[in-house]
Amino acid sequence: MALNTGWSGSPALKKRFIIASLAALTIFVLLFLRLWYLQIIQTDTYQALSEKNRTRYIPIAAPRGPIVDRDGHMLVDSRPAFRIAALRQEVEDPEKLLARLSELLDLDLATLQQRWAAGRRFPRYRPVPLADDVSRRALEQVMEHSFELPGILTEVRPVRFYPYGKSAAHLFGYLGEITEKELRTAPYQIYRGGDFVGKNGLEKAIEPYLNGIPGERRVEVDVKGKKLRILKTQEPIPGNRVTLTINRDLQLATEAAFGDQAGAAVALDVHTGEVLAMVSNPGYDPSLFARGITGKEWVELLQNHLDPLQNRALKGQYPPGSIFKIVTALAALENGQTTAHTKVNCQGQLTVGNRSFRCWKKGGHGITNLKKALKESCDVWFYEVSQQVGIDRIAAMARRLGLGAPTGLGLAGERKGLIPDQQWKQQKFNDRWYRGETLIASIGQGYILTTPLQLATMMATVANGGNVLRPHLVKRIEDMAGNVQLEPKPQIMQQAHLDQAQLDTLRQGLKAVVNEPHGTAWMSRIKELPFAGKTGTSQVVHQRTRRKQDVEIPYRLRDHALFTAYAPASNPEIAVAVVVEHGSHGSSAAAPIARIMFESYFKLPPPASIASEGE
Amino acid sequence: MFDRRLITHFDWPLLLLVVLTALIGIFNLYSATSSGSSLAFPVYLKQIYWLGGGILLAAIVSVIDYRHLQHLGFILYALTLLLLVAVLLVGKTSMGATRWLDLGVFNLQPSEIMKIVIIIALACYFARQDTLAAYSLSDLWLPFLLLGLPALLIMKQPDLGTALIVLFIGFTMILFAGIRKGTLAALAVLAAGGAGGGWFLLHDYQKQRIMTFLAPERDPLGSGYHIIQSKIAVGSGGFFGKGFMQGTQSQLSFLPERHTDFAFSVFAEEWGFCGSLLLLCLYLLIVIWGIYVARNAADLFGTFLAFGVSAMLFWHIVINLGMVIGLLPVVGVPLPLFSYGGTSMITTMLGAGLLLNVSMRRFTF
Repeated sequence: MALNTGWSGSPALKKRFIIASLAALTIFVLLFLRLWYLQIIQTDTYQALSEKNRTRYIPIAAPRGPIVDRDGHMLVDSRPAFRIAALRQEVEDPEKLLARLSELLDLDLATLQQRWAAGRRFPRYRPVPLADDVSRRALEQVMEHSFELPGILTEVRPVRFYPYGKSAAHLFGYLGEITEKELRTAPYQIYRGGDFVGKNGLEKAIEPYLNGIPGERRVEVDVKGKKLRILKTQEPIPGNRVTLTINRDLQLATEAAFGDQAGAAVALDVHTGEVLAMVSNPGYDPSLFARGITGKEWVELLQNHLDPLQNRALKGQYPPGSIFKIVTALAALENGQTTAHTKVNCQGQLTVGNRSFRCWKKGGHGITNLKKALKESCDVWFYEVSQQVGIDRIAAMARRLGLGAPTGLGLAGERKGLIPDQQWKQQKFNDRWYRGETLIASIGQGYILTTPLQLATMMATVANGGNVLRPHLVKRIEDMAGNVQLEPKPQIMQQAHLDQAQLDTLRQGLKAVVNEPHGTAWMSRIKELPFAGKTGTSQVVHQRTRRKQDVEIPYRLRDHALFTAYAPASNPEIAVAVVVEHGSHGSSAAAPIARIMFESYFKLPPPASIASEGE
Repeated sequence: MFDRRLITHFDWPLLLLVVLTALIGIFNLYSATSSGSSLAFPVYLKQIYWLGGGILLAAIVSVIDYRHLQHLGFILYALTLLLLVAVLLVGKTSMGATRWLDLGVFNLQPSEIMKIVIIIALACYFARQDTLAAYSLSDLWLPFLLLGLPALLIMKQPDLGTALIVLFIGFTMILFAGIRKGTLAALAVLAAGGAGGGWFLLHDYQKQRIMTFLAPERDPLGSGYHIIQSKIAVGSGGFFGKGFMQGTQSQLSFLPERHTDFAFSVFAEEWGFCGSLLLLCLYLLIVIWGIYVARNAADLFGTFLAFGVSAMLFWHIVINLGMVIGLLPVVGVPLPLFSYGGTSMITTMLGAGLLLNVSMRRFTF
């Protein structure tokens, strides 16, 4: 021990202790300064970060605005739907979880995996939707087995509900999850990934009115995103109530009248352009989209050769057939060389140059004037007069009546049809217009294409004396408090500038079509309500070389049946256009549908059996 | 052998400082774990038992004259080194690291024992030299060997935090023993080169931690998460803190490992700058007191022993605090008396016992 004595007072050692103590002090001062920096100088920043950490804003979806018919009948409503979602940050074994979920709820595992994968682009605390609109039973299953399903949660959100099922599905359109591309475009800037937006139809056209303002719930959460308590709730504001111009009863009656036949029908108010009914058949069930359409169902809809997703009323382009004789007649009358009394001897065909053009009636109509030509739909009369008028004047008249251009309904995808003339032929085919082509065009065949909506608009123009009205679907949009947000006024797109006397001449012919024996729509007349119309048959197979009975012709090759009409014949109120695809004859397939529409619109008793009287 | 003077000279202030700090720590653990899983045996209660055991251990250690250790130093060192080798051969692996020997009753962590044993071994060596003259490199090959062997073995487990602590304790003691200026400069160059070369010996996760420390925002949800959340907790505490059990960062579990390595963050969040400062002062007092004990030790062995223990406490405190307030990379070093854990408590109380031992025998020759 003695060895160790005597050093403690050594100055060298003392110095080392002082250095060591000072070094320790210095480093502690450094720690002190750092704490000062974090807790005094930077504290506001970190307090904000801490606040952000513990609070989450949970959006509450706003119910979309309801859509009602012109009389206030609910057509499209919202109802609560249950969604199963997964919180990514709480899911430890996604494979196992999804497999168990698929087993419990009998859902397709591949679909679940796909949706899970799609959720990777969301922030971790944002629930990834896995199954939409599950049944109450499925919801109970999930709740019962919640301990086996860590991270799975259920949400309630409003979805579309359609009291009339498939009715007017094309008109409303459907909703779909917003795409990343849409999110980047201006009108969708207030939306977030996972939101539902209108993809077509009205849902898309008036999306900003239908979409409400989502509410928000501010909740305190722990690190796992588990809700601990609600700090503040901002209720959502539902979308606006949209009143359509549609007449529910007329819509339903028209749809019923179509049955299984493919085609389209449009009914317009001739004074305002209000769309009273718009039908496209076959339709689809819009509730498939509301609950989340499965891949299989979607493919089935896409692959259906009848194309049920397409709104034929504005996207279907058909040769108008004899309905176009309305245009030819007006053009001929205006041209001056033709009058109501111009007579043509129809012998079943007309030879121009070295070609012969057939009338639909093999034996011919004999001596025919304008009224008879319209009533019995004589082709030869129109062949004759059209040669004097020429294609350009016919085309000009067609355009004045609203053909060849979109009607401006406002729904996406409306087609403009086709009205050919000499210039068009030159540009399109680099070839001159042949005289024979005028003949073909005069009876609405050849290049001419029209949509059912255009035909109805044209008929409304004829009925109201020459105003080409813009058809519209929305009568009024108001918020939940009843404040009107939008109330479109009738809008005249253009004036047809028709001579009243010439128009009267035409309208007498159109009235005869329905109300006189031998008229092509005689079988569809309504005794109590004389209406005026024109039948049409548009050829699907170009060369009409066949003379078989229609029942033997394959469905695909049968002609389209068309009919357009307005009612009443004097003081018209409503104009309709009906196309029955491959319905063979306008008189037998399309006109009866128009009759049913008028009966519904004017609330007439069920029809007495006119059909038994025969033609 | 047992002297009445030992009781009169007992270092009550040191014991008081240590127990006070540990009690604040337990208080803090109560808050840190209150929102977690409802264990039948809560963490703070376990820590109370560990503290009780630790105080008992310190008492036992302080009673046996530290000078007996001077003869046992190298034997203890050799035994602990063997244990470290055994860990690598038959150790228990948990969470990717092999640090424990399964002794059936409990798991022994030889690297923790090495923290104390290296102090004893180096104190033995320098006390035997019995000189205050500055050492040259050739004189220091044995201390460096004593230091290097366990450090390498611990690195291999891998346990960077403990390896660094062992190295830091050793270097501090060697520096204190005195090194010639030229030797020191040479060593500095060597250390710089070693650090560069050492980078390639690090495991990927260790490199990741250092990269994360340099730029935690690179991966805020991954490896940067700890640092970011800890800084948020400390910073949001402000001057007065959010109040006991009111810290949202800790109570809502945003703060990871809040009862172990990040226990100080909980305290800083709930007690603010005032609380942090108080705790900082307590720790500084303990360290300075330890140096004071070394200064007044009855012999050179006692001086080195007390200084080594002070260095051990100092580096634990500085590395842990530096880490939770974003000054140093995240290495798993607990805060003595504050972080939950029996191992840390035992090591700390062993050290405290040694300090008390040296302190109460300061007048004994």
